[in-house]
Amino acid sequence: MSKIVAPPPFLKSAAKAAAKPIEVVKERSMLLQKQMLGDLFHDLTTAKDTGRKVVYTFVPGNLSELILAFDMLPVYPEINALQWGMRKKSGSLIRDAEKYGYSEDVCTYVKCDVGMFLNGNIGPTGEKLPPPDLLLLSYTGCFTFLKWFENLQKLYPGVPTAMLHTPYAADGVITEDMVKYMVRQLEEDVIPKMEMVSGKKFNPEKLSKHLEYAVESEDWIVKMFDLTKQVPSPIDAYFAGVYYIGPINAGFRGAESAVEYYHQLYLEVAERAAQGRPPVTPEGELEEERFRLVVEGPPNWTHFREFWKLFYDMGAVVVASSYTKVGGYFDGGFRHDPDNPLESLARYCMGCYTNISLPERVNMLEKFITDYKADGFLINSIKSCNSFSAGQLLIMRELEQRLGVPVSFIESDLVDPRYFSYANIKNRLDSFFQMMDQRKQVGGRHQFGQRPHDSASSQKRSLLLPVLQQEAMV
Amino acid sequence: MQRTFEALISECEHLAFDLQFSHAKAWKKGPSIVGAGDRFLAGYLPIYIPREIIHAMGGLPVGIMGTGDRMQIIKGDAYYQSYICHLPRGVVELALSGALADFDAFIFPSICDVVRNLSGMFQIFQGDDPAGAFIKYLDLPQNFAPGVGGTYYRQEIQSVIDGIQKRRSSSPIQEAVWVERLNESIRLYNENRTRIERIATLRQEFPWRLSAVEWYHVLRAGLAMPVEEHNNILYELEAVLLEERGRPLDNIRVVISGAFCEQPPIGLIKTIEMAGCYIVDDDFMLGSRWIEGDVAEGTSDPLGAVVDAYLQHSTFSASLYEAAPASGSKVERLTALVQRRKADGVIFAAPSFCDPALLDRPELQLGLERAGIRTIGFQYSENTGQFKVIKEEVGAFSDSIKLWDSEPDTRMWLPTVLEESNVIA
Repeated sequence: MSKIVAPPPFLKSAAKAAAKPIEVVKERSMLLQKQMLGDLFHDLTTAKDTGRKVVYTFVPGNLSELILAFDMLPVYPEINALQWGMRKKSGSLIRDAEKYGYSEDVCTYVKCDVGMFLNGNIGPTGEKLPPPDLLLLSYTGCFTFLKWFENLQKLYPGVPTAMLHTPYAADGVITEDMVKYMVRQLEEDVIPKMEMVSGKKFNPEKLSKHLEYAVESEDWIVKMFDLTKQVPSPIDAYFAGVYYIGPINAGFRGAESAVEYYHQLYLEVAERAAQGRPPVTPEGELEEERFRLVVEGPPNWTHFREFWKLFYDMGAVVVASSYTKVGGYFDGGFRHDPDNPLESLARYCMGCYTNISLPERVNMLEKFITDYKADGFLINSIKSCNSFSAGQLLIMRELEQRLGVPVSFIESDLVDPRYFSYANIKNRLDSFFQMMDQRKQVGGRHQFGQRPHDSASSQKRSLLLPVLQQEAMV
Repeated sequence: MQRTFEALISECEHLAFDLQFSHAKAWKKGPSIVGAGDRFLAGYLPIYIPREIIHAMGGLPVGIMGTGDRMQIIKGDAYYQSYICHLPRGVVELALSGALADFDAFIFPSICDVVRNLSGMFQIFQGDDPAGAFIKYLDLPQNFAPGVGGTYYRQEIQSVIDGIQKRRSSSPIQEAVWVERLNESIRLYNENRTRIERIATLRQEFPWRLSAVEWYHVLRAGLAMPVEEHNNILYELEAVLLEERGRPLDNIRVVISGAFCEQPPIGLIKTIEMAGCYIVDDDFMLGSRWIEGDVAEGTSDPLGAVVDAYLQHSTFSASLYEAAPASGSKVERLTALVQRRKADGVIFAAPSFCDPALLDRPELQLGLERAGIRTIGFQYSENTGQFKVIKEEVGAFSDSIKLWDSEPDTRMWLPTVLEESNVIA
């Protein structure tokens, strides 16, 4: 009888499907996460009885610590949608929203959420979610958020909305003016509305305490993801990574329980790293890490298991991904600051991955590919998500030119099963793996730091020059 | 000498779709502007930027509204997936084909994630070229409190001013001159909006005198020429339209909504007209009419006036948070527009993959239906070439209102002015 560490809970079905009988040993961090999320959903389903107020908000630029400081409970519509997707039930919700009038072209997270509302607001756990007492529109890095909550305002008439406009870090810097703009919004709109809804006075000391916990969690997260620089990587930083970031993206950043969880998770991953063991997959421990990848873009949720299998069957491990930074980019050095709580929340929001400029995204991904010794770079382009997708082909071109690294591009969607084409994705990935394999046979791993081709930017291409002139210069 | 109607329209048609922006480039070669220095071109994407600022600095704001169906897209398509709208493909094509050479600045107002990311693509295309254009993502505030969003917006505008000055290596314009210049620019753009509204009102009463396509060309041409020239065109056009011309048809009257960014092809506008509709209002060139009413003139703080106008007098739009305008929800404001223009219905025409417009549509459509206003909706692309299906849909929509309206007496298409003057008879 083989003995493996359990895959994340959402992949239970995969473990059941394994050919050999296995003895599942759940790591402590898994039990902790299960308990945390179970408690949250229990609190939500009983919120009306207990009198706790419910805040609907978004993952990027989430103000978890502030919500905790008011003892309110968060609901994240994106997380509901992705969980419906993983349960393969998002398709019918999306179709219901389309019958209501939503175009096939628009974000499927929105449609899944509207479809859920139209079907009685039953959450992915099968229990009815409470309606919001407050819509906290943290408009961070995604214009669709604004439209989404405008729609929710119609579906939940009379529920107050607190709008927090996060300026886009278009020039790669966060200025003091931008910080002040956000702090003023927090002080003059967001916090007063939270006070009104919760019936509690804002307590800065309580917020600072939650920010202290957030700093601890952020430290452990960074340390944990840093371990994937090791060869072989002890975890898959994308397919398992999305599970690991669950708690900080579901309202627990700033909670004491998250500190315990991330500390425990770090210890477990560090132990694997010390033993030189490769990642755990739904079908057990990976035999050999053949390819190390950096992935840009969210995963597909409706076929998550099949999607991941396409990678681990080929020995491909994702060692870094941009998607795990949407709820906060802590690798770059940012930490919440308990001494400057509101400024710190503002800087956090503006530093989320989807709020940074395209050139900065290229720089970050370049650093990932180099630092994590990746063999290839892959984009999973999501039909639903313009914030991620618009410009990705240029990102890919830039990275290929800067680093000479093999690149590939696949397309799918977040939670619309109609846009997952297994054969197309497999074809693309097979070619990609072959390309990396050949590259390895010819010259070993890519020599990082070399710049085989000049990038568009280093060629100093100017919009002021006709293209023929530019080509002549090149 | 006054131009004939045909000459005016022909000139505008040419300028509206001159994708080399020859007129603007020729203007740039003119002599330096007293008090402001050398001329410059600032391209901007839909929907709205405060053009007064560019004008006061001695520049020409030029609307880059895409390529429509007038340019084959080759390079642009290489940068976008099939599920991204068409507008940025054309803009990239323009940039990489050299059509935007001579532009000194590009401003990308916050309207959606695609335009936002396009600003980053321009940054990458340009690299660190010291002679490169000034590239600015203009983050229009979604907070409308003067001390919060207003302060931030003022800083954003100031960064545009500073960035362009740096690009031109010019010193700041002397304060007194700046106040005078900006007040004059405000006056000119106020005049522009007033003249546009006057013609729109004339069209509301006499839509056959100026077709929607002709009006479209006039408005779009205004994005590629100095405001002074456009004001003259509008002045001459209004004089022509005061006289009767053309012949009224038994068309219904519609408002088009959702086409504020990627523009519909001319063939689509023609199709709607040919299917039995007078387009009495639309959001095609919404940036030209973004501010409703006048920006305060002659103040000691004209920049503050520009900021206040945005905060207090912006029109309603999918790109603007609904809490913005003090005068009601988007449904209420669109309903009011329909009533003001005496329209029979609304056609929701939005570009494919346009999240802002398409996410607004269900609630707008529902709200209008509740108010008893008929609607129809479809999607297009700026290079759509087949209109047969749309013509049938719009024709059926028109017929359903004309022939089977349950309360024909409530129809508002017949202009009151016409009834009074008995022009039809």
